Amino acid sequence: MADVKTIIAKRVAMELNDGDLVNLGIGLPTLVANFVPEGIDVTFQSENGFIGMGNAPETGAEIENLVNAGGLPSSVLPGAAFFDSAMSFAIIRGGHLDCTVLGALQVDAKGNLANWMIPGKKVPGMGGAMDLVTGAKKVIVAMTHTAKGDIKILEECTLPLTAKGQVNLIITEMGVMEVTAKGLVLKEIHPDLSVEEVQAATSAKLIIAPDLKKMCL
Amino acid sequence: MEKIITLEEAVSKISDGMTVMIGGFLGTGSPDLLVDKIIEKGIRNLAVVANDTSFPDQNIGKLVVGKNVSKVIVSHIGTNPETGRQMNAGELDVVLVPQGTLAEQVRAGGAGLGGVLTPTGLGTIVEEGKEKVVVDGKTFILEKPIRADIAIIRASKVDRKGNCVFDKAARNFNPLMAMAADTVIVEADEIVEVGSIDPDQVMTPHIFVNYIVKGAK
Repeated sequence: MADVKTIIAKRVAMELNDGDLVNLGIGLPTLVANFVPEGIDVTFQSENGFIGMGNAPETGAEIENLVNAGGLPSSVLPGAAFFDSAMSFAIIRGGHLDCTVLGALQVDAKGNLANWMIPGKKVPGMGGAMDLVTGAKKVIVAMTHTAKGDIKILEECTLPLTAKGQVNLIITEMGVMEVTAKGLVLKEIHPDLSVEEVQAATSAKLIIAPDLKKMCL
Repeated sequence: MEKIITLEEAVSKISDGMTVMIGGFLGTGSPDLLVDKIIEKGIRNLAVVANDTSFPDQNIGKLVVGKNVSKVIVSHIGTNPETGRQMNAGELDVVLVPQGTLAEQVRAGGAGLGGVLTPTGLGTIVEEGKEKVVVDGKTFILEKPIRADIAIIRASKVDRKGNCVFDKAARNFNPLMAMAADTVIVEADEIVEVGSIDPDQVMTPHIFVNYIVKGAK
């Protein structure tokens, strides 16, 4: 199997449309920026206060006061704009953000997402995640299908939620699942896998799309 | 009115038990000299309102490590393991707030508003114990305004009256906090003569700033 993160990031990038404003979460989602299809103009937001984010600078070429929401050195493209945190979240909550891509600890068949704490173990805080998931027009969860074998796609999340019923699409190395009123619909599947194999790695009952496609790797 | 004071004079305005807003995002745009002076003076029992608790060796992170703080109201603590340790040991009161909500609570505190209505946190533990308000059929959480005794912020260029210009991603919470505290102290990388900043470029007008200290640059 090709590199799992690359498979996921490439597939997420295919969801982006010309003119979109997109916020990529820390970790795997940041890779999506490397695979934006040719001819599509996407603007990336960094919720600590700018739009028009570019690639990470080369070592030695870091610019003072220019970091991303993970605190790492960043860059801006021509046409970028800086603003304060209130405007940044007005963009996020106010219906101006077309898409947000985040990882998950758990996600479920109702579109609930848990990605900010494990009680008694790890409590990093929600940062901007709750606003992003609540406010973005489209919420894509991009993650490895399981956590070293532990199932993450459930009938119902057991961890504290980040937001209720806001996830639209789940993209993993095994497939693409859409959250619908009836449950999770498996729309695309990794070409080397069977539906049974994907279901075995998923607690939520998958509804198989009549026109189930092979994932483009 | 002369606003430029020494670091020593600035920190004498801060006493044990005060609520202090500190600008910055993971240390970018935080007033480093003022924080170092608070630690040097051994001021204790502070309640800090900030985006995050930074890293253990940086700014607000150092205040946590130095045990100068008894409460933090922040969106994220994941980059400072000491915050989590003190929280779990019952030594530090940690209130986690979604980042966009925190920005609006601070803005509301400075804008004379009775709070803000946000959808962020609905269906999560964030809504627990809070009033909900239905507007035109949509449910929101009422989040109350936040104010502080003192705000310490950082700006790249400040004129002698206190007009502030922030640099790139160092803006973040600084302009919001400048409006929401009884006393506002700005740490200026550069102090310039009145009239040398184009009024169109002023990001925080001087009326919000009580004192100016010269930063390290």
